Amino acid sequence: MKRVYMDHAGTTPVRLEVLEAMLPYFTERFGNASSIYSYGREAKSAIEEAREKVAHLIGADPREVFFTAGGTESDNWAIRGIAHANKENGKHIITSSIEHHAVLHTCEDLEKEGFKVTYLPVDKYGLVKVEDVLNAITDETILVTIMHANNEIGTIEPIAEIGKALKKLDRKIYFHTDAVQTVGKIPVNVDELGVDLLSISAHKIYGPKGVGALYIRKGTKIKPFMTGGAQENKRRAGTENVPGIVGFGKAAELAEKELKEQYERLTFLRDKLIKGITERIPHVILNGHPTQRLPHNVNVCFKYIEGESLLLNLDMKGICASSGSACTSGSLEPSHVLLSIGLPHEVAHGSLRLTLGRDNTEEDVDYVLEVLPGIVEKLRNMSPLFPSKGGNLKCTAKK
Amino acid sequence: MYSEKVMEHFTNPRNVGEIPDADGIGEVGNPVCGDLMKIYIKVKDNVIEDIKFKTFGCGAAIATSSMVTEMVKGKTIDEALKVTNKAVAEALGGLPPVKMHCSNLAADALHAAIEDYKRKKERKDVAEQK
Repeated sequence: MKRVYMDHAGTTPVRLEVLEAMLPYFTERFGNASSIYSYGREAKSAIEEAREKVAHLIGADPREVFFTAGGTESDNWAIRGIAHANKENGKHIITSSIEHHAVLHTCEDLEKEGFKVTYLPVDKYGLVKVEDVLNAITDETILVTIMHANNEIGTIEPIAEIGKALKKLDRKIYFHTDAVQTVGKIPVNVDELGVDLLSISAHKIYGPKGVGALYIRKGTKIKPFMTGGAQENKRRAGTENVPGIVGFGKAAELAEKELKEQYERLTFLRDKLIKGITERIPHVILNGHPTQRLPHNVNVCFKYIEGESLLLNLDMKGICASSGSACTSGSLEPSHVLLSIGLPHEVAHGSLRLTLGRDNTEEDVDYVLEVLPGIVEKLRNMSPLFPSKGGNLKCTAKK
Repeated sequence: MYSEKVMEHFTNPRNVGEIPDADGIGEVGNPVCGDLMKIYIKVKDNVIEDIKFKTFGCGAAIATSSMVTEMVKGKTIDEALKVTNKAVAEALGGLPPVKMHCSNLAADALHAAIEDYKRKKERKDVAEQK
């Protein structure tokens, strides 16, 4: 059966070039980068080369890039590290209500330690308002952490504007952004964004799982997340994941080289998919901002049906996608992001996220558009919520 | 994550639809929670002659709805009342633990339909006596 993978915001396959770059570091170049003999030096220089590539992708100095075990660790480190190192200056953190759980649950955890956290609301597109950030600032505020783009609905937040506004203040407030969804997809430059800390993950850009990085601007007061050896300039202890880091470096290099071309190609496919879905299927809501959104993200809600049964039906046709329904969010509640943009629970249960990637073609998009209307119709005909009588709501293509 | 039997019922659900002149209708769940089941029964001589369902919900919700209709079609009211949510899950070869509470409500919907039928019948019998 034809398989169409459209969950690239979830993870991506490791590119062949990336895998090839990694392989020698499992076997013949197995050295521990802390050793002084040749094997160690080989590993060390491979790590530094990767650091330069990752730094280049985000316009940073390589000395400001620290490798971690992934996006979640980077978020944890940034937030806990700043909170614990700066609590003498205050114990207030500002974030948004639509952050990834790696940020939200970390903030909730800090609340238990006595920190105060403001969770800013978003508008119907999922946008945080710059003025809301400024209005939330108190004498106690030490950190603002707002994601660069939302992983579910793809909305790109006004990070550069927030960064600029924070710089104008007479007091230093650290600014972190979770850029896991944007790095390698849209141009990301730490100076243009005005951030002090920025989280990245390798497996979202065709690199391996289990490796990521945290950008930490020079002069930032932060506690190490892991204590132990002197790795990563004594800021992140533990023997480096050399093959992973090498793969991350290669993936970053390729992402930078192909960014513009992929951005344009994915934007075209995304818009074709959105247009096709909204034209072919009635009672559809596009979630997220129509234009200020990631080039590969499509997120819609189909009223009267539930997300998991939609995913199962798509899977039977070989289409791999995700949803923010309770069944797929791993809790009894639908996605906090969809609720934050004001969707009622029953509508949020019917969400579908399709995230495109390098391997997706226009043919894939056509296939999804061919299969999806029938599945939605089948489930709606089964749903007691669907006002089906009369047949005027039948799924017919409108031209 | 789902058994083959669950997927089979999910893919080809039995008895989907409504019965316009149903003798009893049962509804359980809440769309806010992501599950809503509606079961329609037609009863003759104390036997469930026809049964149909409409369900908004996940794979387990749809499969259990389908399964329960198959289990009680042609059975007496008393037999149908003995069918539990657990029995429906077992007939499907089990459900993932997380689904046992939230989506395994089909027998409850059936029982609600039977209660509705009994209520209506009682009212009708009383009316006829007068």
